[in-house]
Amino acid sequence: MMRLGRRAAGMAVLAGMVLTCVAARAQDADLARRGAYLEQAADCEVCHTKPGGIPFAGGRAFDLPGIGTIYAPNITPDHETGIGRYTDAQFDAAVRRGVAPGWRHLYPVMPYASYARMTEGDVRAIRAYLMTLRPVHAPAPANQVRFPYNIRLAMIGWNLLYRPSGPLADDPGRSAAWNRGRYLVDAAGHCGECHSPRNMLQALSVTKSYAGAPIDGWLAYNISSDVDSGIGAWSDPQLAAYLSTGHADGRGTAVGPMAEVVSHSLRYLTREDIAAMVTYLRSLPARRSDETVGVVSPETLAQAGPNHSNGGRLFAGACAGCHLTDGYGRQVDFAALWGARSLGEIDGRNLVRTMVEGVTLQSAHGAMIMPAFGPEYRNQDLADIANYAIGHFGNRVGHVTAKDVAATRASVPPS
Amino acid sequence: MLTLQVNGAAHQVDVPDDMPLLWVLRDVLGLPGTKFGCGIGECGACTVHVDGKAVRACSLPASLVGDRPVTTIEGLAEDEVATEVTKAWLDIDVVQCGYCQPGQIMAAIALLKGNLHPSDDEIDQAMSGNICRCGTYRRIRAAIRNVAGAV
Amino acid sequence: MPVGTIAISRRRALLGAGGLLMAAMVPLERSRAATRIVEDQTGPFAPNAFVRVAPDGSITLILPNVEMGQGIYTGEAMLIAEELDVGLDQIQIEAAPPDDAYITKALGTEATGGSTSTIATWTSLREAGAVARTLLVRAAANRWMVDAASCQTEAGMVRHGPSGRTLSYGELAIEAAALPVPAGPVALRDPSTFRLIGHAQHRLDGPAKVAGTATFGIDIRQPDMKVGTVAACPVMGGVLLHVDDSAARKIPGVRDVLTIGNAVCVVGDHFWAARKGLEALAITWDEGVNSTVSTETVYRGLHEALQGPAIVAHTKGDAKGAIAGAATRVEAVYQQPLLAHAPMEPINCTVHVTPERCDIWVGTQVPMRARDAAAEITGLPKDKVFLHNQYIGGGFGRRLEHEYVTQAVQFARQVAYPLKIVWSREEDLALDRYRPAYVDHLVGGLDAHGKLVGLSHRIVGPAVVARWAPEALLPNGVDDDLLAATVETPYAIPARFLDYARREAPGVVTAWWRGVGGTRGVFVIESFIDELAASAKVDPVEFRRRMTGDHSRARAVLDLAAEKAEWGSKLPEGVGRGVALQYVFGSYLATVMEVEVSQMGTVRVRRAVVAVDCGRVVNPDQVVSQIEGGLIFGLSAALFNEVTLEKGRVQEKNFNTYRVLRMNESPAIEVHLIDSTEDPGGIGETGTAAAAAAAANAMAAATGRRYRRLPLTGAQA
Repeated sequence: MMRLGRRAAGMAVLAGMVLTCVAARAQDADLARRGAYLEQAADCEVCHTKPGGIPFAGGRAFDLPGIGTIYAPNITPDHETGIGRYTDAQFDAAVRRGVAPGWRHLYPVMPYASYARMTEGDVRAIRAYLMTLRPVHAPAPANQVRFPYNIRLAMIGWNLLYRPSGPLADDPGRSAAWNRGRYLVDAAGHCGECHSPRNMLQALSVTKSYAGAPIDGWLAYNISSDVDSGIGAWSDPQLAAYLSTGHADGRGTAVGPMAEVVSHSLRYLTREDIAAMVTYLRSLPARRSDETVGVVSPETLAQAGPNHSNGGRLFAGACAGCHLTDGYGRQVDFAALWGARSLGEIDGRNLVRTMVEGVTLQSAHGAMIMPAFGPEYRNQDLADIANYAIGHFGNRVGHVTAKDVAATRASVPPS
Repeated sequence: MLTLQVNGAAHQVDVPDDMPLLWVLRDVLGLPGTKFGCGIGECGACTVHVDGKAVRACSLPASLVGDRPVTTIEGLAEDEVATEVTKAWLDIDVVQCGYCQPGQIMAAIALLKGNLHPSDDEIDQAMSGNICRCGTYRRIRAAIRNVAGAV
Repeated sequence: MPVGTIAISRRRALLGAGGLLMAAMVPLERSRAATRIVEDQTGPFAPNAFVRVAPDGSITLILPNVEMGQGIYTGEAMLIAEELDVGLDQIQIEAAPPDDAYITKALGTEATGGSTSTIATWTSLREAGAVARTLLVRAAANRWMVDAASCQTEAGMVRHGPSGRTLSYGELAIEAAALPVPAGPVALRDPSTFRLIGHAQHRLDGPAKVAGTATFGIDIRQPDMKVGTVAACPVMGGVLLHVDDSAARKIPGVRDVLTIGNAVCVVGDHFWAARKGLEALAITWDEGVNSTVSTETVYRGLHEALQGPAIVAHTKGDAKGAIAGAATRVEAVYQQPLLAHAPMEPINCTVHVTPERCDIWVGTQVPMRARDAAAEITGLPKDKVFLHNQYIGGGFGRRLEHEYVTQAVQFARQVAYPLKIVWSREEDLALDRYRPAYVDHLVGGLDAHGKLVGLSHRIVGPAVVARWAPEALLPNGVDDDLLAATVETPYAIPARFLDYARREAPGVVTAWWRGVGGTRGVFVIESFIDELAASAKVDPVEFRRRMTGDHSRARAVLDLAAEKAEWGSKLPEGVGRGVALQYVFGSYLATVMEVEVSQMGTVRVRRAVVAVDCGRVVNPDQVVSQIEGGLIFGLSAALFNEVTLEKGRVQEKNFNTYRVLRMNESPAIEVHLIDSTEDPGGIGETGTAAAAAAAANAMAAATGRRYRRLPLTGAQA
């Protein structure tokens, strides 16, 4: 945006070149502004930025089990290493068809199968926005992909099978909000890329859409409308609050990749767009899955006396400073644990991962941070804390072992 | 511009939305009794009361306090439980370096206001989030027990 | 710290009666100090550097050592007040400024550390009080024209017995100030008449600390002051190459971005602005040669030096011959990690530099060194540098370093306003100066009766004293802090050999840490004694008892601790009892600990019983308090703590990754004091020294395996 401002000022000096040009620039600025919002909805930044790196300059590694490691490319307007030389058509082909200039087929870790349902105009707007960024020279490391996945042309077949041909037409039988919600959830927001299981060819399952799936060692939860294992029991305000802030009372707080999605994308969406997403999510068919959550009310939690287990004691020392034992967050609602999905998982997958690596969730009141406890606490200690928390807050018998914790530690990419 | 109710008085402060209450108290309002220890809610040195509950001021953005009353170690003068707690602390010479003690005392008062006769387990539960590097834990526990006998 | 001179003087004290106190006495240099103080004040009575009485009746005691929790303000005030004959409620106290009059001779500078304070001031501060009282009595006698011997003092008054007339000290201040200070020694009270010493007194700093009004360094506020926070190169020895501060300067409240050779400081209206500004900097360091150092590097270097040349530090008899001829040979290698201090009050320092003067508000254990450093940086004469020492929110040796004062002055001289620098906890841990890692190798020989006939010991590690006080490194190159608890033991050992392979730690600066050589040495020696006892199949208490020889005070504390801890009584499954016996800082301690080790390896310290003979006690309840706290401090480290390095960077960030014992993990602690009229020993670090050995021995008793590596539990164990 800064760059646009400067460019506009420069234009004003060259007054002779006048009105048509200025009008065109203003149009560009509008397009870029619209693109900035759409970029947030599509959340390009989070994948195209490596941890601690320059935004959009790429380099983030994606480990695909059995396939290899793929690095997100630089999408700043750098001519050599970024998208500086892409035309609108080339950019569109990459985003919506998974084909980069030179007929290089992208891997579907780039969610082009979802973006394929975006409109051409929206993708053009995103490019207009990206072109306003400061160009950064940052070549992406070479992908390390095993045979046969290293044959990019194989993607042609995949695309024929799984890539939608274009944007879905609005369903006239549904409300405008529903249609907008579908666009944001299915297309731009590409929610299914994490929340839907994949088939053997890494395509999103249609029959189990939004029924939850493992991703990068995390579990992306079931967000279908199933009452027990999905979001069927959530109220509209809870859903809206969770999407727009990462927290809903009685539903816990987003951690892991979902915290990133909220931090970089969802929290910037307008209230209307969030409401539209809620409308659409409500309409998703119910899909049953294994995870369910037992919501224990703060009133019940407050009645529980001190816990003498190792986990209970450690929780009182290291965790209760923010979380308390009655389920309410001590300082901020973000630390309120009651009703959190992660406490209903008896193998504590997301819970242990969260303890090991911590969370950063951006909010309107600054970064909400849970520090990482992995380096200092024994595997058994973290397992004990997890089992205590699952029992206390989730009303389940936790089955977390020291071995599980060790495995989780091993799955955390080095920072 | 925020309006904070601190120790019974309203204060207008012009601070960023993400600024923790701790730094508003210490560096803007000039109330240094509340201490900085870790900045991540792990040590309890910054414990104050918000709406009577013990909270870590280092991890509470001031913009989320709203109109809830804030009480710091400097604002305890009139309070009966607080008077007994400080007396109990002095009776058995709890303090050593003293740096964590405002936080310990604020945590203890909040505990006692909800439960005037806490068991040792309940004391441990409520106080274990407050670190003391000098190791005054045994005396803190004893002082809290003595308050229960005194009030 | 028991650097060079103190350790020597301690040994001398052991050898020759009374030598210790003479060696450690603070020279009063009365005339010089008195002149200076009289200049500062308008004519109060100031017969020496420690006592001032003003005509308005106010009595001020200037205390040479700084209060960091150890209760020294109360203890030292008691020493003066006892002889001055005033109540503790009649005095005010002040921290001593940097001045030769307050040098702790044993430490070679004005310093608080090494549990030396009470030892060093036991006589000198009582003398200071007695001199003042003598002059006040003379002034009264002169006024009344009576014999001074017919006057008594009581609670800040001089009374003429026969006539019943009284005058307050304040009323006598001006006349007393005109009298010459006695040239010879003044009589001190018979200890049997002590009103204060030996009787528990409430801490003088208690009320302010409980009310939250005690001012620590971090609480300083000055007009127009701004607050800065710092990022120094996270790799030791690295330097700043470039900083892009454009984003930082846009953050509301950020006022300045300052740089020095190896660090950047963002200054703001408040800490939060400074911190946000610091996070927004893009800093490029030249990390230098240490950027490849890892924890592995550190330990590898130490273990390698177990072979090869070393300096002989101590020999007695033919230890190697005795071991060669012994019935049983016992051998063990012990490893101890780098440790951080992590005091609750993060590092901070407030400095205001003007062309005329430099004011420093800081909590420091070494005020004179800090002042001198500021003088050098600013080019101001030393007497234009004013250091205002504050309450310290935990020292533990960290504030025996003054590099953070140096850093703060380097930043503050670049600006006109007073600058308060506060390090984040992360900076405090990453840029600490660390307790060194050590490796010790011991070999012992037992005869057929299970008696120790020879002990051979190699210590590998840094010589902290070589940096901190190079002149105190022994001529043979040994840091004699390492002799604490290893040569000075409570045991009669027939033949001994100790050598030392010096290996400085790569990538970190090493420093003093609570208990210093005692903490290091007691773990090693008392673990090994336990291993010897096990090999001899003798009960650990009995084994030690047989070894105490002439050390009857050691035997007494051992017996008392064993009795109070019900040594030998049955314990539940999974619970073990361990003992440690020590003679460090001039005090004897026996500690019995009960530790539970669950089947999942969870360790819980249940109970600690300590018996102490620290000679004459000044403030008994504070001795108990120091032992309680010292044990907890030592247990945190023994159970959990290890500073680790990766690519030259310290990995521990905050209390989430540098774990501290909490209330619900703390054992029940009982401390039993033995009445003693021996000269006082130090106490502030003794509990810390006891912790690791007692815990490790108890864990060994619980599980049947030995624990030779610290920390005893924690993620790495």
